[in-house]
Amino acid sequence: MEKLIEKGLLVIAYSSIAILFIITFFIFKEGLPFIFREGLGTILGGVEWRPTKGEFGILPMVVGSLLVTGGALVIGVPLGLSCAVFLVEFSKPKVRRILKPAIELLAGIPSVVYGFLGVILLVPLIRVHLGGPGLSLLAGSIILGIMILPTIISISIDVLEAVPQSYREGSIALGATTTQTVSMVVLKAARSGIVTAVILGMGRAIGETMAVIMVTGNAVAFPGSILDSIRTLTSNIGIELAYASGDHQEALFATGVVLFVMIMVLNLVASMTRKKRIR
Amino acid sequence: MIRLDPALSQKLVRWVLVSLTALTVSILVFIITYVLLKGLPVLGWEFLSTGAVDAGRGGGIFPFIVSTVFITVVALAIATPLGVGTAIYLTEYTRETAATRVVRFAAECLAGIPSIILGLFGFITFVLFLKLGWSILSGGLTLAIMVLPTIIRTSEEAIIAVPQNRRDVSTSLGGTRWQTVTRVVLPGALPGIVTGIMLSVGRCIGETAAVIFTAGSALGTPTSIFASGRTLAVHFYILATETDAFGMAYGTAAALIIAILTINTLAYWMMHRIMRKYS
Repeated sequence: MEKLIEKGLLVIAYSSIAILFIITFFIFKEGLPFIFREGLGTILGGVEWRPTKGEFGILPMVVGSLLVTGGALVIGVPLGLSCAVFLVEFSKPKVRRILKPAIELLAGIPSVVYGFLGVILLVPLIRVHLGGPGLSLLAGSIILGIMILPTIISISIDVLEAVPQSYREGSIALGATTTQTVSMVVLKAARSGIVTAVILGMGRAIGETMAVIMVTGNAVAFPGSILDSIRTLTSNIGIELAYASGDHQEALFATGVVLFVMIMVLNLVASMTRKKRIR
Repeated sequence: MIRLDPALSQKLVRWVLVSLTALTVSILVFIITYVLLKGLPVLGWEFLSTGAVDAGRGGGIFPFIVSTVFITVVALAIATPLGVGTAIYLTEYTRETAATRVVRFAAECLAGIPSIILGLFGFITFVLFLKLGWSILSGGLTLAIMVLPTIIRTSEEAIIAVPQNRRDVSTSLGGTRWQTVTRVVLPGALPGIVTGIMLSVGRCIGETAAVIFTAGSALGTPTSIFASGRTLAVHFYILATETDAFGMAYGTAAALIIAILTINTLAYWMMHRIMRKYS
């Protein structure tokens, strides 16, 4: 009986690997033949996306995904990191005890709600005050920047709290102010952990779909400015999967393969920085 | 580089950090308050207990509440045994080896896969390949994969937190490993495991991209797990993008946010209590 239970648990434990393998297999099975047939260069380097006319270039979407993710980091990282530094180094423990869980709770707000508020409040604001259609790279970056805040804040707080108190005491004993201690000692010690927080935020931004579809306008073109519309890899799948068939559907799976590879590379980097930190 | 007076820079940094933190917190507070203010007037018994009229422009959200509950129950009925089983195996039945590291790495990768990729996978595997069609079952299976990493991680942490001497007592009284797990370890770890399950429920309720292509968007109340059903989040997305019934959309968003925040608050409250108990 004991042996049987142990075998059963082993099978269950390895099923999580099996699931990852099956997902990879199915996505690649649908996407790879198409990539080989059309050529990786023509898909990744192509600028025209006309799936009904046999043109499947996804370069504008790759660029769109990278730009909106970069924009989200430009907004989310300074805000999130400042928030974490303030809560750990400058505020009273009581404030942190209340604000940290409150911020983490906000990670649970559905992405569609962020997208909707983006359309209702942010897009008209951009259209009226900055010009352009409003549905834009800028709107996408701001919404995603806000969405990744809870991830970045919560991980950064954990990382900063893990820096030994003796480091701070040593620095203060040498006559440094709190600001000097934070910038010269604490942030240096926490560097790799903060990198992990940023990478995880990046993963969340690059993989987000519904909110991005709602606020970026989804035009397949290279944006000339941050006020132009963009389409991301995720939006491309989200918008067209419902009615695609044949080559078109395979092209969407090829888009999925490209996105999948990008995410896996990010995961690997994140897991490597984490290992380095533990060592 | 200009050298600032340390006392001045201390004041300056503090001021900048305080204002950035205040900005972050007020953005997040604003989002919730705005949705609740706009949505609560719509949210009455009538709205919660009747079906949609004219594709959601009138009527209520009852069928979508039923679909959401069905899909979440299916997802957790599958993910809980798998996730808790994996956690038990990793913590109680093996030492840290290369094999357990591979399982952990697979779970981490699974956690990083964007929900649209899971939607793509669920669509091709459950809906088309296994011929389950757009159904509660397809959606539930897809969401089970999505929350599996969360359940594994939180269960693992909860099991590790159970003091070692309790296991030793059980073993010294002649308890087998499985008896120790079921009568000593699991009861002690239960609150932590339940916390993980509740956080997963929150994620299932708020998810859109992974369910819209697997569970479909039928307007009626699902009568079996093989019927298509529209979850609250999917309904909200369709209302916000395809209709101009913004009042109804705010009502649905308020229902979503209240449900998720209530569940997540309870989960965090439980986690807090556990942490106090063991430290």
